[in-house]
Amino acid sequence: MKYLIPLVLFIGLVAFLAIGLNRDPHEVPSPLINKAAPPFQLAQLHEPDKKFSAEEMRGKVWLLNVWASWCVSCREEHPVLVQLSRNGAVPIYGLNWKDQREDAIAWLTELGNPYVLSVSDLEGRVAIDYGVYGAPETYLIDKNGVIRFKQIGPIDRDTLDKKILPLVKELNR
Amino acid sequence: MKKVLFTIILAWSIPFFTVAQSNNPANDDPVLDERVRVLAQQLRCLVCQNETLADSQAMLANDLKLQIREQMKAGKSDQEILAYLTARYGDFVLYRPPVKRTTYLLWFGPFILLGAGLFFLFRYIKTRREQIQEEPLSAHDHQRVRELLQSESGKEPA
Repeated sequence: MKYLIPLVLFIGLVAFLAIGLNRDPHEVPSPLINKAAPPFQLAQLHEPDKKFSAEEMRGKVWLLNVWASWCVSCREEHPVLVQLSRNGAVPIYGLNWKDQREDAIAWLTELGNPYVLSVSDLEGRVAIDYGVYGAPETYLIDKNGVIRFKQIGPIDRDTLDKKILPLVKELNR
Repeated sequence: MKKVLFTIILAWSIPFFTVAQSNNPANDDPVLDERVRVLAQQLRCLVCQNETLADSQAMLANDLKLQIREQMKAGKSDQEILAYLTARYGDFVLYRPPVKRTTYLLWFGPFILLGAGLFFLFRYIKTRREQIQEEPLSAHDHQRVRELLQSESGKEPA
């Protein structure tokens, strides 16, 4: 009985530490969830003469994936995106972040291109508007142009099946 | 031998090149530089999270500093720039979190702990004080003390 209070305190402390250890401090919650996706208009990667703007995607559910050829984790994520683009559940658009155009195109040629199209954000301004702080990051945007989900770091099969695809289904209804 | 020496000298000079490269582009406005620096010191670099934006040389940190500089040039106040950044990166970007409902525990938690500690400390002292009861000396005790003192003034008791 005498030791009950210290024991409870100790268990409480252990619980707090366990939660703290299992959290990824690099995942900073985005304030943009359930807010309108910042508008942008950027040159397309493959056809720099043509522009693409987020406005064109009104009425569609889509993914905006921030990637770069210098980004190592993007390579890890890539097969999942390629597979997703094959089954066509949701269109993926790429935001090529602070990359060299030639490097980016070579990267896609080598590994396959899962994107409907990519746009070049050479100066990283659009990335800042979206609160990007590392690649890859992925935004799920609904028909009204509202960000509904943000994935920080590579998308794996699990996140895709358990979070993204069910949400896409729901948003497409 | 010459080759080896040359390699060593080259390797040795690498740090100098990197230092030269990482310096910010020279600017002609020291007042603005200072303003950017002061504001960037209150902001967290999201890439290397325990560093301020001012100290960080991460690519994103440099981009953000450039943004801050441009917005300052455009006449925005520090408050407006902070609002711009928190709208995109959340309160996490601020080194000093704002006082609001979700941060009450963070700001006032330590004082609550301190108060609780003081409460238990005083309670403990009080109960202890109550436990210790001073017993008045009996007539017999007085007698013994007197005897001891007398024997002390004379000789040590064997």
